[in-house]
Amino acid sequence: MSSARPTTIPELIETFDALGDWEAQCDYLIDLGYDVPDLPESARTDANKVHGCQSNVWLIAATKPGNPPKIEIQAESDSMIVQGLIAVLLIAYSGKSAQEILQTDIQQIFSRLGLNRQLSSARRNGLAGMVQRIRSIAEQSAATGSAAESS
Amino acid sequence: MVATSETAPPANPHDALDAAAVRAQFPIFERPLPNGQPLVYLDSAASAQKPHSVIDKERECYERYYANAYRGDYQFGIHIDEELEATRAKVRDFIGATQSEEIIFTSGTTMSINLVANAWGRKFLRAGDEILLTQMEHHANLVPWQQVAHAMGASVRYIPLTSDWRLDLNRLDEVLTDRTRIVAVSGMSNVLGTVPPIREIAAAARKRGALVLVDGAQSVPHLATNVRDLDIDFLTFSAHKLYGPSGVGVLWGRRRLLESMDPFLCGGHMISEVFWDHSTWAAIPAKFEAGTLPIAQAIALGTAVDFVTGLGVSAIQAHDADLTAYAHKRLATVSGLRIFGPEPAHKGPIVSFAIEGIHPQDLANLVDRKGVAVRHGHHCTMPLHSLLGVSATTRASFGVYTTRGDIDVLIEAIEFARQKLRRA
Repeated sequence: MSSARPTTIPELIETFDALGDWEAQCDYLIDLGYDVPDLPESARTDANKVHGCQSNVWLIAATKPGNPPKIEIQAESDSMIVQGLIAVLLIAYSGKSAQEILQTDIQQIFSRLGLNRQLSSARRNGLAGMVQRIRSIAEQSAATGSAAESS
Repeated sequence: MVATSETAPPANPHDALDAAAVRAQFPIFERPLPNGQPLVYLDSAASAQKPHSVIDKERECYERYYANAYRGDYQFGIHIDEELEATRAKVRDFIGATQSEEIIFTSGTTMSINLVANAWGRKFLRAGDEILLTQMEHHANLVPWQQVAHAMGASVRYIPLTSDWRLDLNRLDEVLTDRTRIVAVSGMSNVLGTVPPIREIAAAARKRGALVLVDGAQSVPHLATNVRDLDIDFLTFSAHKLYGPSGVGVLWGRRRLLESMDPFLCGGHMISEVFWDHSTWAAIPAKFEAGTLPIAQAIALGTAVDFVTGLGVSAIQAHDADLTAYAHKRLATVSGLRIFGPEPAHKGPIVSFAIEGIHPQDLANLVDRKGVAVRHGHHCTMPLHSLLGVSATTRASFGVYTTRGDIDVLIEAIEFARQKLRRA
């Protein structure tokens, strides 16, 4: 697979298109998942668990000061395919401002990547749960002017 | 042979099925999967594939004599009624019941259990009464009882499991008490494969004056089931796991119990007379068959019973025993793999397992690339999985068309998945 990891959604889409079929894309997701940094053990709490996932998913966020402040997201799953989906979400969302997160049309991205078609309904629900968690963190941040320290 | 023996009968190779001939009766195996792989279907415990005869019977019904049931005094109406009654009689004989009226058509096991929990439970349970289940029950034989217990002030207790995943009958007296009104137990665990000694449990329940319901969803397709030999009060099962159509199932109950119970669903066909202010009920089975039945499906259930009877339940048991022992042997060679369930001698053809470092959902997804269909998750047994110590397992389950070759492909596919997940 390509050695340089995509850092933007257009780059990811380009790689997905080049891979062509879902099996290769799924293998690539698993590869991407391996590069997602592990969460600290202390962050794997019930409060940080994302509901709606068949696998365990923990997700935390922190704010990097700036104007506007940027929200840094970290997440981890015990499923490697879900870990790959987390990599996609981090590319789409992490390091963005609350406004940017809320304006991202994630369904359009999933659809362009073919995820809506390839993932089972259970996986799609899990993905929706993660998106929901990230958006509520962004909403909270936009409302208070500082991101929630959800860890 | 009866599903009461705690030890499944030994496999007799002379008794086994001709797997190739059986498989040839299932059109689903004639075509490859969309990805070009041949189908290796190891999810029969979720739902079994259908033989030609069952599919043809449903088609025949729609093409040649379809009408609503128990309503039309015309040729097709009469024909449909005869077909349904023929199925009822086949089911009656298949489970060793004596009266066709004791066979109620439902939508499946879930509805059958909900029917008893509500129609019997809400009429006869009193505050302080106890409902006894086991720790390995499917949610369908657990949640309906929780609900009726909450409504009636009763409580739910559980027969515990042993460390090798069998029912711990040495501790039966701790949970079976003079307040126990009903014991509802699976005839075969849908996760562990465990086959409990139903006759022994039923005898103990009888001494306390408790009724016995057997959730036969998994056991009826695999074990000879005779309600009189078992001395039970209710039996529930689904057609779709018995190589029959989806959408139809059976509740068998003793006549005096069914007659004493209130209706569960109300509407057409289940009444005797309706007045402005009250109604009276039809005789069984109509009392519990409100609305239009799944007509073609119920008729084809009779064909599914013929199919299983034709193969012979003892041949099916020998086939299952061979596959289960073979699967245990092969899976034991997979490093980091742990089977949740008793030894093959004490279980049906269901093998649930976990592999260190591999999530069951990932495994199910990757073995599918090799054409292998297995189930992953908690299999509708969340409390049981809390005892297993894992949130999810992978389950391979077998049917009459399953071969040792299917299990070989499963083992290869697991190794493939392991490499993909860098767990080699």
